[in-house]
Amino acid sequence: MGNAIGFFPGCSLEGTAAEYRLSFEAIAPKLGLQLEEIEDWNCCGATAAHNLNHKLAVALPARILALAEKAGYQSVVAPCAACSHRLIVTRHELAENPELRKEIEDIIEMPCRGTVQVKNILQVLLEVGIDKIAAACTRKMTGIKVACYYGCLLVRPPKIMQFDDAEAPQSMDKILAALGAKPVEWGLKTECCGGGFSMSRTDLVCKMTRDLLEDASAAGAAAFAVACPMCQSNLDLRQHNVNAAYGTAYRMPVLYITQWLGLCLGLSAKELGLDQHFVNAAEVAEKAFATPPAPARKPAQAPVAAGNKE
Amino acid sequence: MARVGVFICHCGENIGRTVDCAAVAEAARKIRGVVHAVDYKYMCSSPGQNMIRDAIRQHKLTGVVVAACSPRMHEPTFRRATAEAGLNPFLCEMANIREHCSWVHEDRAAATRKAIDLVGVMVEKVKRNQPLLPIRVPVTRRALVIGGGIAGIQAALDIANGGHEVILVERDASIGGHMAQLSETFPTLDCSQCILTPRMVEVAQHPRIKLYVYSEVEAVSGFIGNFEVKIRRKATSVDSSICTGCGACQAACPMAKIPSEFNRNLGPRKAIYSPFPQAVPNKPVVDQENCLRYKTAKKKGTKAAETKVCGKCLEACPIAPKKAVDFSLCEDTFVTEKVGAIVVCTGFDLLPMNQFGEYGYGKYPDVIDGLQFERLASASGPTQGAMKRPSDGKEPKEIVFIQCAGSRDNAKGIPYCSKICCMYTAKHTMLYKHKVHDGRATVFYMDVRAAGKNYDEFWRRAVEVDEANYIRGRVSKVYQRGDKLIVKGVDTLSGELVEINADLVVLATAMVAQPKTEHLAQRLSIGYDAHKFLSEAHPKLRPVETNTAGVFLAGACQAPKDIPDTVAQASGAASKIQGLFSSQELERDPTIAHVNETTCAACWYCVDVCPYQATQKKEIKDRQGKLVKMVATVNEGVCQGCGLCAATCRSKSIELDGFKDEQICAEIMAL
Repeated sequence: MGNAIGFFPGCSLEGTAAEYRLSFEAIAPKLGLQLEEIEDWNCCGATAAHNLNHKLAVALPARILALAEKAGYQSVVAPCAACSHRLIVTRHELAENPELRKEIEDIIEMPCRGTVQVKNILQVLLEVGIDKIAAACTRKMTGIKVACYYGCLLVRPPKIMQFDDAEAPQSMDKILAALGAKPVEWGLKTECCGGGFSMSRTDLVCKMTRDLLEDASAAGAAAFAVACPMCQSNLDLRQHNVNAAYGTAYRMPVLYITQWLGLCLGLSAKELGLDQHFVNAAEVAEKAFATPPAPARKPAQAPVAAGNKE
Repeated sequence: MARVGVFICHCGENIGRTVDCAAVAEAARKIRGVVHAVDYKYMCSSPGQNMIRDAIRQHKLTGVVVAACSPRMHEPTFRRATAEAGLNPFLCEMANIREHCSWVHEDRAAATRKAIDLVGVMVEKVKRNQPLLPIRVPVTRRALVIGGGIAGIQAALDIANGGHEVILVERDASIGGHMAQLSETFPTLDCSQCILTPRMVEVAQHPRIKLYVYSEVEAVSGFIGNFEVKIRRKATSVDSSICTGCGACQAACPMAKIPSEFNRNLGPRKAIYSPFPQAVPNKPVVDQENCLRYKTAKKKGTKAAETKVCGKCLEACPIAPKKAVDFSLCEDTFVTEKVGAIVVCTGFDLLPMNQFGEYGYGKYPDVIDGLQFERLASASGPTQGAMKRPSDGKEPKEIVFIQCAGSRDNAKGIPYCSKICCMYTAKHTMLYKHKVHDGRATVFYMDVRAAGKNYDEFWRRAVEVDEANYIRGRVSKVYQRGDKLIVKGVDTLSGELVEINADLVVLATAMVAQPKTEHLAQRLSIGYDAHKFLSEAHPKLRPVETNTAGVFLAGACQAPKDIPDTVAQASGAASKIQGLFSSQELERDPTIAHVNETTCAACWYCVDVCPYQATQKKEIKDRQGKLVKMVATVNEGVCQGCGLCAATCRSKSIELDGFKDEQICAEIMAL
């Protein structure tokens, strides 16, 4: 196995988020990441199983963990936030509840000791190191304003995920800043996009997505960076529904963190699957590297008080 | 030959219901050495005590065993009764057949057998008890008060007015504490400064109070009645003996952008400053971190006095011929004071900003805490009392108060209620409405806790007269949109989501212990709880004492507290100290450890293990003054009789009076 990381693509990276897989697998060798797809993997159950049957919701990810264990991986990366969420929650539940673990092991007919660490994509990138990533880049962006959108699953519940600040996460912002982008401060970084309701309650998803688009663009963002297929699909696929429902005219490209990174590592739009988006992403990919106009001077402001400086 | 009397208490039904007390008395009579055994409904009652006194005289008892409740409750009662009958009080012992027996068992026969065993054990101990005489230690009748907030001010004034000297140590450049920062106080809306400053002046003028401001307690040694305290006096670079407090130096200082701690960073101060206009003493100090001359001197590795940089304050100082601003006063100095008692009044802090990512606290300038709001509302504050928000100085028309920001929230690690927030938030809505008549104040609350005299009436007034909009529910998120703060919350009474476009958000952040208090507590050997609040000796009956004799508590260093409670506790601590200082000498419980110097091997295990630094090293010299050997010795004034040294001693050279090995072994053998 060596230093290989177990790679769990999950169903979405096979389908709607094929470009997420494409871009991740394209950048991995450039960052010295050795990915090995877990053999015979199954669906993690995602947002559906845990609403229907608790045991099923635990058994499905447990089987994936058991397979990774059997293959001898130290850690597994699940780029989809829903997948990493389910795997981490399952690992936590099995560790907390030995009886459940025994039961689940009987169901999946494999031992599941919980020896494999599960990581989301941002954790893997942070472990590579921001300095190393920046050093591997062949070109840097020229200050494009990007809204880093984490969604709800990457950081919550904080006690189990133990990743970043659940209310004001910074990891994606730090990576993008190192790539030369200007991550914007906005309010809804960890709000829900509507997730799996995209099909059944499109109206709800449109409202939630509208809020995200509204706040990110009010903060000056020209594009999004995401690390979750659900977030990407709701923001990208539903953007025209939002525009139709609310009379808006948003055209905010929604790129995976792996795609932003790929562009800076010198990969082409085609190699990163930028042509597979609904809102034109190739355009912004060009703009991001253009020489910016000289910044206009800000009018001087005189606040009454020094403000919170702690 | 021992003549022991055994007295079995029914404690009403508490013991009698589960233990057959008559059977216990019957069994006790058969124990060797017992000459008298009776049971009675209430041994602690006056007739009960008389039974003990009479029996001692009549049967010429040499020891008394009272089988009743915990010795924590009534041991002093029965020992006093024993002493009144002419027997040494330490020849009376208690067998706990309530907490250790009747309360925890159901089977009457088995509980009775256990009670008989417990009595038998104590009889064997009492047979081996020795009369002990109380220890007398001299008392230095001066008190140290640590912290110059309202708690420390009240305690210092009460002790000083009682005729004793007080040393008051304050960390900042002025006394006054948090109360000086408040605009108005609940439930009367009287101006905080107006009621506090007369007390501050009284402290400054009091002939029996010695005030050390800009100072900290560095080390404490000794014991009740005999403490020695080392105080660090931080360098002020101002000769306070000649400074008149004219303020010319502050006006001249060019460093105008240092955030003022007193104004909770909402306004600037200078590098030479006194924290607020009514400061006591009104003498400025130089903040070496921010002073241009000190910074330059540090960079160049020279002394500030020899560095010819800036010096605007020096030029401006009108005192002649010697200036009051004096850069040669650049080193901290130390003083040592002897005191007999200590009151700790170090107050509280607020939960730090980085704890509230969901509310953008620390990120958005218009999300502030309750103390910052106090400064905005205060006439001496950065806006001279005008309601202006920090970001752009606009008058907020829509203001949201979020209660329980951290308090009662296990996710923030704070399960407790901060106690004062319900009341000050109600006050804030009133202060706001009185200044911004067309504004709207909304409060998100979990419960309104307004227990106190005139408190409930007060918050109802905020709702009914000043039209505060109270919403029962929590806020999930605050974020900035343009120049508005979007507050997303829920009204749990109607079940609806609430979204408010606010101009200013005020968080009632949780009260937490002062971060430095933990360190102080360790120096004083006093306890603190999981949240670093200092521990009282008993939560109900000894609320101002600590477990270290001679050290007392007052104010929010013990637990979140409002001003009336703080003042009451400070006066309580002061009266405890008056009691302590009422005689020249102090009587102490003689159950302390003693060292057998002939067998002590000087391994110093006992010295390491003593939590009170009572075991110390002692030199034994011959007549010529030549060192023969080193042994451990126990300081009688400090020893609390915990027995750790006796248990640790490998050569069995330390024994605890009243709990000698012989007694403990006899107890075990009796089982």
